[in-house]
Amino acid sequence: MRSIRIGSGAGFGNDRIKPALDLLEKGELDFLCLECLAERTVAMAQQNRRLDPEKGYNSYLVRRMSAILPLAHQNHVKVITNMGGANVRKAVERTAEIAKEKGLSGLKIVGVQGDDIFDRLDQYQESDLLETKGKLKDLKEPVAANAYIGCAPIVEALQMGADIVITGRCADPALFLAPLVYSFHWNMDDYDKIGKGTCLGHLLECSVQVSGGNFCIPGWKDVERLEEIGYPFADVAEDGTFTISKVEGTGGRIDRHTCAEQLIYEIHDPTRYLTPDCIADFSNVQFEEIGKDRVRVTGATGTARPETLKVSVGYRDGYTGSAGLSFGGPKCFERTVLAARTLEQIISRDYETEELKVDIIGYNSLFPRDYELGFPGGAEPLELRLRVAARAKDRETLELIANEVDTLTIGGPANCGGLSRSIKELVAVLSILIPRTDIHVSYVVEEV
Amino acid sequence: MKLFELAHSRTGDKGDISNISVIAYRLEDYPYLKEHVTVQKVREFFKDVVHGEVVRYELPNIGALNFVMDNALGGGVTRSLNLDAHGKCLCSYLGEMDV
Repeated sequence: MRSIRIGSGAGFGNDRIKPALDLLEKGELDFLCLECLAERTVAMAQQNRRLDPEKGYNSYLVRRMSAILPLAHQNHVKVITNMGGANVRKAVERTAEIAKEKGLSGLKIVGVQGDDIFDRLDQYQESDLLETKGKLKDLKEPVAANAYIGCAPIVEALQMGADIVITGRCADPALFLAPLVYSFHWNMDDYDKIGKGTCLGHLLECSVQVSGGNFCIPGWKDVERLEEIGYPFADVAEDGTFTISKVEGTGGRIDRHTCAEQLIYEIHDPTRYLTPDCIADFSNVQFEEIGKDRVRVTGATGTARPETLKVSVGYRDGYTGSAGLSFGGPKCFERTVLAARTLEQIISRDYETEELKVDIIGYNSLFPRDYELGFPGGAEPLELRLRVAARAKDRETLELIANEVDTLTIGGPANCGGLSRSIKELVAVLSILIPRTDIHVSYVVEEV
Repeated sequence: MKLFELAHSRTGDKGDISNISVIAYRLEDYPYLKEHVTVQKVREFFKDVVHGEVVRYELPNIGALNFVMDNALGGGVTRSLNLDAHGKCLCSYLGEMDV
């Protein structure tokens, strides 16, 4: 049976570059996929593009493409990525420039456009927001709207002869599903196979999270050499069964435990994982360890794709900020608690916020715990950090609140230091559904 | 016995929904987890964090449970004031649960 090998070289926009180079050099890949576009990133990117029409693609694109293009070209590996963000055209043009600068030729770069529906948002004002009980018209200042499109346009780009495919917003698993549909000529309504390919995409889309990243607890579940951790690839057979592995000699770990954590990562009902290409069913997936760092995956399937597509709508939501300072040494818990209570009183008395959160890093900033309880066993911490976070309609309120935190250094409990503050405009994201027929894809082609 | 002795976990996020996997180290412990790591216990454990529904899904083939918790991330990852806006650390706390 025919099989192809797909590597996963990035699981988020700022992911490390070197593991992708190892995959290109030693992985004997057919395809390299790079998932670089988080939910909110595209909304931020839209703002960047409006400020500068040359921008809006992934800010790491130049560095990443400069490193991978020569190796991908030399080893005949096709690259598929969503690094186009909010400006696929510029991303394609910039990638072509990089290829020329590197002296490469015979390279076809195809961009997939059509996910951006911001200009047409007016027609969906009555649409329900998926996460809240509201409607789209409740959002006062939308700044971006991008649909999660499926794998079909990527398949078409590959059929056009693309060596590099660059998309904007698309479903993450679609980056990995596309080369399977293209290589094996799967029918898009063969939902059993599409479900299997979606499972592959889901397991690989976060790159190293399936090969030992976000996994190690020393002594309980160890992972070899995190400093040389290898990124995964999969050998996928024509029938949709696949084996996940990584380049020999790299650090990391692939077994049924790492695969299980990634299979369930960010899914809800395992029998109904909604994507633009199918409703995938992971409930009968089986992992078989067939060698060191080699896991065979079977049992995924799928049913018919939804008739709607999810659209992420980014909108301005005021400002958010945080500020902090540290206490250490004897009685630092008592002093930090006093600082927290003092600030809570001052801020709620003198400022108008939409939400305020005051907590202590080292005590209750990750998981709630009442101050009265103290540390387990009455332990004395060595140091603690006060954190004040707030959301407000204007930036000035947050600057003034941060000034209140600063004022504690001379007007609060004894001996605190290490001031920090960060204030930014908040772009939040909610979702609507639109008919899939509303999306019209177009392509940008550059050849060098 | 603590949950972390029998199972390992990872947290995922989507909007204001947090999902936590509970995966048996040994497949033969799955029935025990299924019996003792109930929706009620998880809801009680996260009562100060989760303000919506908790649903449990079962994946017996891989010895895993998936807890999906609504209204759990301080209003959603993109606007939460939480230090850990994604709730990535929540699964570590769940390991402390007595089972």
